[in-house]
Amino acid sequence: MTLLIGALTIGLILSLLAMGVFVSFRIFSIPDITTDGSITFGAAIAATLLVRDVNPLLATAAGAAGGALAGSITGIIHTKFKINSLLAGILVMTALYSVNLHVMGRSNVPLMQARTLASIGESFGQTLFRGRTIDVAGWPVSSADAAVLILAFFAAVLGGGALFAFFRTNIGTAMRATGDNPQMIRALGANVERYIVMGLALSNGLVALSGALLAQYQGFADAQMGIGMVVWGLASVIIGEALTSTRSLGLTIVGAVMGSVLFRLLVAIALRWGLNPNDLKLITALFVFAALVVPPFVAKLKRGKPAAA
Amino acid sequence: MLTITGIRKTFNPGTVNEVRALQGVDLTIEEGSFVIVLGMNGSGKSTLLNAVAGSFFVDTGSIELAGRNVTRWPEHRRAQLIGRVFQNPFSGTAPAMSIAENFALAARRGHPRGLGWALAPHLMQPLRERIASLRMGLEDRLDNAIGSLSGGQRQALTLLMATWLKPKLLLLDEHTAALDPKSADQVITLSDEVIQRDKLTTLMVTHSMQQAVSLGDRIIMMHRGRVLHDFRGAEKKRLRPEDLLDRFDEVRRREQLDESAATMLNELYV
Repeated sequence: MTLLIGALTIGLILSLLAMGVFVSFRIFSIPDITTDGSITFGAAIAATLLVRDVNPLLATAAGAAGGALAGSITGIIHTKFKINSLLAGILVMTALYSVNLHVMGRSNVPLMQARTLASIGESFGQTLFRGRTIDVAGWPVSSADAAVLILAFFAAVLGGGALFAFFRTNIGTAMRATGDNPQMIRALGANVERYIVMGLALSNGLVALSGALLAQYQGFADAQMGIGMVVWGLASVIIGEALTSTRSLGLTIVGAVMGSVLFRLLVAIALRWGLNPNDLKLITALFVFAALVVPPFVAKLKRGKPAAA
Repeated sequence: MLTITGIRKTFNPGTVNEVRALQGVDLTIEEGSFVIVLGMNGSGKSTLLNAVAGSFFVDTGSIELAGRNVTRWPEHRRAQLIGRVFQNPFSGTAPAMSIAENFALAARRGHPRGLGWALAPHLMQPLRERIASLRMGLEDRLDNAIGSLSGGQRQALTLLMATWLKPKLLLLDEHTAALDPKSADQVITLSDEVIQRDKLTTLMVTHSMQQAVSLGDRIIMMHRGRVLHDFRGAEKKRLRPEDLLDRFDEVRRREQLDESAATMLNELYV
């Protein structure tokens, strides 16, 4: 049960990462590797502020703002200096590695003693549920874990809801059109380059928010924690699309959350069954590869069948 | 309304792919006039439209629109004055977005886009009525993705979007060339209706001599990046498709003459 709750919580926290990757990859068709750096950047800023007793909400917001800044730098490198978006992302990600080490002052900042959103949630849970454990369908569950899970759930709902609402405003609609048909939206008076910069800022802001929350949940920020995270986000988005099988905006965002949680659960189960943790990134990469290649291949087979029959 | 003075544009200058697309075009278009631009492939007619729209900056010369010098304005800034329909029906609409969302985007052309809801209630009623007037049955499909519609339907919607906020200048770049004849007729009829009703200043590129003589009040014939003929007023009214074809033949014969002369000289002296 602890395993399940842990997986759900991390899945929900990382659903913000999935939403960020959804914005860059699905709205703008940019596989934005800045993600790997900005999730750590968000965690590093939040952790550094938290050990200095800054208000946890403020520290989390600062982490998200840092990610947005990183994303807008990638966007400016891509649009103003006409550098390929993938390379722009690689440049910023690489630079962020050093920046993160400078922010943290070392490669790992533990948060065990600090007052974080997670620790606030835990103590709140113990007051709320009046005790160390509560009973969920016959299973004893730590009330602290349950409270943190609820917090993570609200973070995902709030993030997803805000994103959905944003994409239905005039700016958000124009941003989606920028990814869908830049020629058209330019002819309707939108500065496409500016929208790409704003979109990448939004994407990496969400990613860094996810990183800031993750650091508080797991109790530390680490310079290595971002490695492979963009692929992780892609996997979540792709699973979500398979679950909802739709291009409707709201359901795609819900799908990204569901995909993130499901993927985290699958990983937790696989690890429980004895999967070597070292193989995790390899398997994630293979999964995303398969998810990108197999559907067109299957469609081809389906088209071929009637002709053959 | 639109004053073009001596504009020139050379693509890929100094390379083997150098194209002198515009070689000094002067053109003044009065407010409310509907100008047809004719020319063979490579004559520079689409380049002229793109220069006005701001797809690129001209090398020399100036473009003045509605009293403002827009020569150095980027494309998205000029869009506050200009409505456009492209040749490719896929170019003018965002395929993954709904009909209503596409119009919401068009309703903010040239205006700042804030955090207000894109599908505002005050937009929906006039939108439904306007789309119903197309008699294509699209008014009940406002939530459908525009990519699911036919090319003709998409061009008709693009035209409505381009003119939703009355533009100072409407640019139509062979906007029926990619359509089947029936859809092309519908879109042309609609274009003429909208242009007459709103008295829009219009520049329309076409390959169709029939459209050229039946529409508009002025014909510009372009050749090799220059304005070759300018028919207006009574002269434009008298023109028949055959007359225009004759003019084209004249150009072609002159070219051939040039070419054969060049070949002859080449053989004699090289």
